Amino acid sequence: MGKRTIVPFGPQHPVLPEPIHLDLVLEDEKVIEAIPSIGFVHRGLESLISKRDFNDYLYVIERTCGICSFMHGMGYCEAVERIFDVEIPDRAKYLRTIWCEMSRLHSHLLWLGLLADAFGFEALFYQCWRMREKILDMFEASTGGRVIFSVNKVGGVLKDMDSAMLKGFVAEFDSMEADVRKLTKVFLKDYTVKSRLKDVGILTKEEAIQLGAVGPMMRASGIELDTRRLGYCAYGDLDFDIITSNDCDSFGRCKVRIEEIFQSFSLIRQAVDKIPEGNIVVPVKGNPDGEAFVRVEQPRGEAIYYVKANGTKFLDRARVRTPTFTNLSPLIKILQGCDYADVPLLILTIDPCISCTER
Amino acid sequence: MAKISRSPWILHYDGSSCNGCDIETLACLTPVYDAERFGVINTGDPRHADILLITGGINTQNKPIVEQLYSQMPKPKVVVAIGICACNGGVFKDCYNIIGGVDKVLPVDIYVPGCAARPEAIIDGIVKAVALFQEKHDKYEAEKKEGLQ
Repeated sequence: MGKRTIVPFGPQHPVLPEPIHLDLVLEDEKVIEAIPSIGFVHRGLESLISKRDFNDYLYVIERTCGICSFMHGMGYCEAVERIFDVEIPDRAKYLRTIWCEMSRLHSHLLWLGLLADAFGFEALFYQCWRMREKILDMFEASTGGRVIFSVNKVGGVLKDMDSAMLKGFVAEFDSMEADVRKLTKVFLKDYTVKSRLKDVGILTKEEAIQLGAVGPMMRASGIELDTRRLGYCAYGDLDFDIITSNDCDSFGRCKVRIEEIFQSFSLIRQAVDKIPEGNIVVPVKGNPDGEAFVRVEQPRGEAIYYVKANGTKFLDRARVRTPTFTNLSPLIKILQGCDYADVPLLILTIDPCISCTER
Repeated sequence: MAKISRSPWILHYDGSSCNGCDIETLACLTPVYDAERFGVINTGDPRHADILLITGGINTQNKPIVEQLYSQMPKPKVVVAIGICACNGGVFKDCYNIIGGVDKVLPVDIYVPGCAARPEAIIDGIVKAVALFQEKHDKYEAEKKEGLQ
């Protein structure tokens, strides 16, 4: 047995855009155990429920995370709408779907870039982020914001996209898809990339179920589960398969996310074809009373929103369970027995969003 | 800008932001916005850094980390607070865990407002920081000559 050393990792680390701290117990170059400590980004966002009314709280919950801010706002709105028992207009559902898929696109491209940066492929990182900027431009054109949109509302959405804009977006996505396909060839075919990702960070199917992995992390271990299948928003009308991989390693996770990028392109195209005319918002009057529970598939996996209201304009409780939080225990598992040099890469393969986790 | 002769290095730390400003700061350093054309470069090591970019407010747990990062940077140093949370706590000001903006623990030189701060605003902040760094550096060198430092 080699000598054991404890190496602190983070909270400030070149590869991490966000702070997380791990104590790595090393035996020579192998990691024996990883002990995480979190709380560097904790703001206590859920406590603001007593100071903001349920309409204003939307702007707080959107700021759970800057990457999937739209989905956080949408999940909360769906929960409150369920308490009010209102059905939002079909056009609003389709618009929400389009924005959701655009969020997934930009999040996955961002992740691909960060992954490339983690294994030292800087040109690839820059290319991924260049593509991502186009989606942010589209967000800006349609909602007015680049990362925080505040376009949701209890009862629908605040902004509409006309058909010229939607057609323009589809044309843009068509040209983007060809570019992204060229780019992803490098991730899937290049042998230097393969050598860093293949057979690194193995999470078997049984372990993924046992440890409660969600999202692409779970689907890369061969489990066919996607919350979008529940048919919230307009997903019930759209045609898509659940993308899985039986690789169970970092390469599989990369593959699943790349396939999901192309799936998002197809979902946006279908939604633009099928989008009905009509209102985008229904009036909601009074204060909510009751409780609701909503599940939403975010780029990182399944997020759960729980809202409890008491008939006044202040809610009793608004709780978010974010995907990265459940993906932390699989992360600890895949870190055990890995090489020390692979630690930054493995942390990135779960697509960590620390500000979601700690709120 | 005309007198700038130094190429300061940048250290970015995420205080307790929602990730929005954080990602925008990173986007500034990639080729679309390319803040590196102003002579700066992003580094992960506080001991090499001259300009500290902080996004997000200060909470009880990250306060010692931020102070430590600042103390590890060589003199002279410039601190840029990016986003409204780093300026004064922003939307999370009333949360029990937030102490306030970055200026509660560090001397902040430049404030970049916005939620999330736009890349153009962040680049403006960086350019101002580069100019300020030059000024601080000249002053520091002059003081060193006089034996004050």
